[in-house]
Amino acid sequence: MATLLQIHEPGETPNPHQDEANVAIGIDLGTTNSVVAVSSENNVEVLKDEDGNALVPSIVAYAPDGSPIVGELAKRLLLSRPDSVVSSIKRLMGRGAEDVKSLGGQLPFEIEPHHEGESHLVRLNIGGHTMTPIEISADILRALRDRSEEHLGAKVDKAVITVPAYFDDAQRVATKDAARLAGLEVLRLVNEPTAAALAYGLDKGAEGLYAVFDLGGGTFDVSLLRMEKGVFQVLATGGDAALGGDDFDHAIANYFLEERKAELGEVELSSGEVKVALMTGRLAKECLTTADSGEWVLQAGDKTTKHGLTRDKFDELIEPEIKRTIKICHEVLTEAGYDPEDIQGVVLVGGSTRVPAVREAVEGYFGSEPLADIDPDQVVAVGAALQAEALTVGSDTLLLDVTPLSLGLETMGGLVEKVIPRNTPTPVAKAQEFTTFKDGQTAMAIHVVQGEREMVDQNRSLARFNLTGIPPMAAGAAHIRVTFQVDADGLLTVSAGEDTSGIEAKVEVKPSYGLSEEEMSQMLYDSMANAKDDMEARLLAEAKVEAERAMLAVRAALQADCRLLSVKEREDIGEVMDKLIDTLKGTDRDLINKTAEELDKATQVFAEKRMDKGIRDALTGVSMDKLESNVVGDGES
Amino acid sequence: MNDANVKAKENTVKSCWSCKGPVAVAALFCPTCEAVQAPAPVNHFERLGIDVTYDVNTGAIDRLYFDLQRQLHPDRFATKAPKEKALSQQQATALNDAYEVLKDPLKRADYLVHLLGIDVLPEGCNLVKDQAILIEAMEMREKLMMVDSMKAITEIQRETKAEIDDVLCALSLAFAGDDIRGACQLTTRLKYLDKMMGEVRQSRARLLA
Repeated sequence: MATLLQIHEPGETPNPHQDEANVAIGIDLGTTNSVVAVSSENNVEVLKDEDGNALVPSIVAYAPDGSPIVGELAKRLLLSRPDSVVSSIKRLMGRGAEDVKSLGGQLPFEIEPHHEGESHLVRLNIGGHTMTPIEISADILRALRDRSEEHLGAKVDKAVITVPAYFDDAQRVATKDAARLAGLEVLRLVNEPTAAALAYGLDKGAEGLYAVFDLGGGTFDVSLLRMEKGVFQVLATGGDAALGGDDFDHAIANYFLEERKAELGEVELSSGEVKVALMTGRLAKECLTTADSGEWVLQAGDKTTKHGLTRDKFDELIEPEIKRTIKICHEVLTEAGYDPEDIQGVVLVGGSTRVPAVREAVEGYFGSEPLADIDPDQVVAVGAALQAEALTVGSDTLLLDVTPLSLGLETMGGLVEKVIPRNTPTPVAKAQEFTTFKDGQTAMAIHVVQGEREMVDQNRSLARFNLTGIPPMAAGAAHIRVTFQVDADGLLTVSAGEDTSGIEAKVEVKPSYGLSEEEMSQMLYDSMANAKDDMEARLLAEAKVEAERAMLAVRAALQADCRLLSVKEREDIGEVMDKLIDTLKGTDRDLINKTAEELDKATQVFAEKRMDKGIRDALTGVSMDKLESNVVGDGES
Repeated sequence: MNDANVKAKENTVKSCWSCKGPVAVAALFCPTCEAVQAPAPVNHFERLGIDVTYDVNTGAIDRLYFDLQRQLHPDRFATKAPKEKALSQQQATALNDAYEVLKDPLKRADYLVHLLGIDVLPEGCNLVKDQAILIEAMEMREKLMMVDSMKAITEIQRETKAEIDDVLCALSLAFAGDDIRGACQLTTRLKYLDKMMGEVRQSRARLLA
């Protein structure tokens, strides 16, 4: 009895988070700039450097020894040492070499040749170092993590990271992998427009039907949301994961280079010179946000050329891009069954919404002045920080998001069969049945694609799966069920099984544009001397959470039904509990797991007695009220 | 109490995965240890806690859905043990599934026909052969292919919308009168009309571009 009393001491109740730094940060990992913010009791602080800059340029310079320099300093090195600096890496996340946009026939990156058997993920050569976009993004995330650790004076290892709503599975996985390399556990990937809506909803009390127009450096998203009393329900989303301010820079740079060509004739450009030309285009764009015209100098090789540009000409250059954003807005509204006048307000997000022509177009389409009260460059990070706090501390806020793109399978003749249509609320799971077409067939290849087009090669290839271990049967007799599951992060998992035999088929994943598990482990190992320790620490934390969960469950059971036990039985359970409490103070993961199992065994008889009593009660109708608290529906079945 | 009765009663209680104690099959959380449970094997209506009927109140569906997601969404379990995270995802998935079906008039009709008509129409709705419906659908499609002005498309859109409204009204009456065969036929017609509406929207987009 004494042991039990001790266990019930309030002070003794283990708090599952007592030994963790509870702060999780919110990160907007942008194409051009990244931002990190922290929320405490719904007050968000955007973290700044000593010069007061909140924006960290998403630019990384690599020193000859391969050590990264991130942000403002790297940006300054871009013009002087373009070959060892990389920018706009987000555009290559989960992408292949064929997706890189060239300027004057030259890419702004040095691409490594693709090796047989490797995934099609692009690999860059930066100043002699081979790097994947995932590793480069990890360097940016590490810099943001450092900034937050310095600010908070504590270790930070949890984050909410935002991604464009229109990011496909490969791009989301790449982002999550980058976070893993940077030593951050991703509590949730939140879609950027949804994060912005959260910031507006919680900060400004916006309610009703809202559109979020998010034009960043490299991506465009538009989301339609219903917001009411802490519920943020995305109704539809659309976008283009390769449309943004970078394209404006590109249009200007292209215009300048055409002028230059007319003046000097055809000149070959190096990839470094292309970077400089794009940077010049960007400066011109930023200048024309307020100025009506200006003149810029382009230097490449030993020739310098001068180029003038007016706001009107700039607007004309970017008209196709702006038209495309409005067309996408229209498609999203139509798909959800709304007209522009149904929308209460439209929120502007992303630095590129500073371009006057963009604002005018948005205002023209929606017929109302767009909202930009919260800095469009910071609003996403603010929302991410709010969600990070909600996930760790708890809150009543509900974010309900949707799949941005349809998920489908390749069928006969290169056609796509859609399994989960776009704009389906997540999490979602859908199963599809297949059968064999040959007698005795034991394996089947499945190709998963994402996109809206009818033909496989017009969509994005996500992965190829080999189902093996199908029991040999006559053609058409096997019922192979493939289940697609998209979680709240928008990430896909696939499982498969054969129904008649009950055999679970093995699914081998070969991501088309990602890293294999081995590559990932190697990178983790290379990038962090203490990667193994980090992994062990995570496993230990998980074992502790699980053991504490089990202990709380037993404690609750004892409180409810201790009359079912003899004094001896109670003492025996108490003893194992004490033992588990002791082991939880230490760091021996195996011992914790072992003792948790012991507790499970020690409570088996107790569990049986409770079940017997529960069924007896149910039969006599005594305490069904108690068992049915929280019951769904009226339980007709 | 006979054996069948005992069986039925036993089925209403299961063992909680976490504290191993008794918990009602349909419970979301264990009344003893508060652990989230696996989704109950109930139909979509029961999942949201509404009567099995075609005439639902969409506002009420929203409220019930939000209330349940507030308790079950994976965001509530971000710092919980892996097993609880997995169960919350299953629960939220089942809720989304129910919500998607019940709030949409076509999916709801299709689901209800299957739910009520299992004995009457073992093959489901799609096998109902109705020449009249097919001919009507083909005629409408031909008409749509001929049009080239926004005005004409708007007219077709208006007509289709009016027809959809008629079918919805008839569906409500059919279900209310337990006319499952009739409801099935109307559902098939609604499927064609819905497809038609999608094509009208596509034609509009094509003309706008």
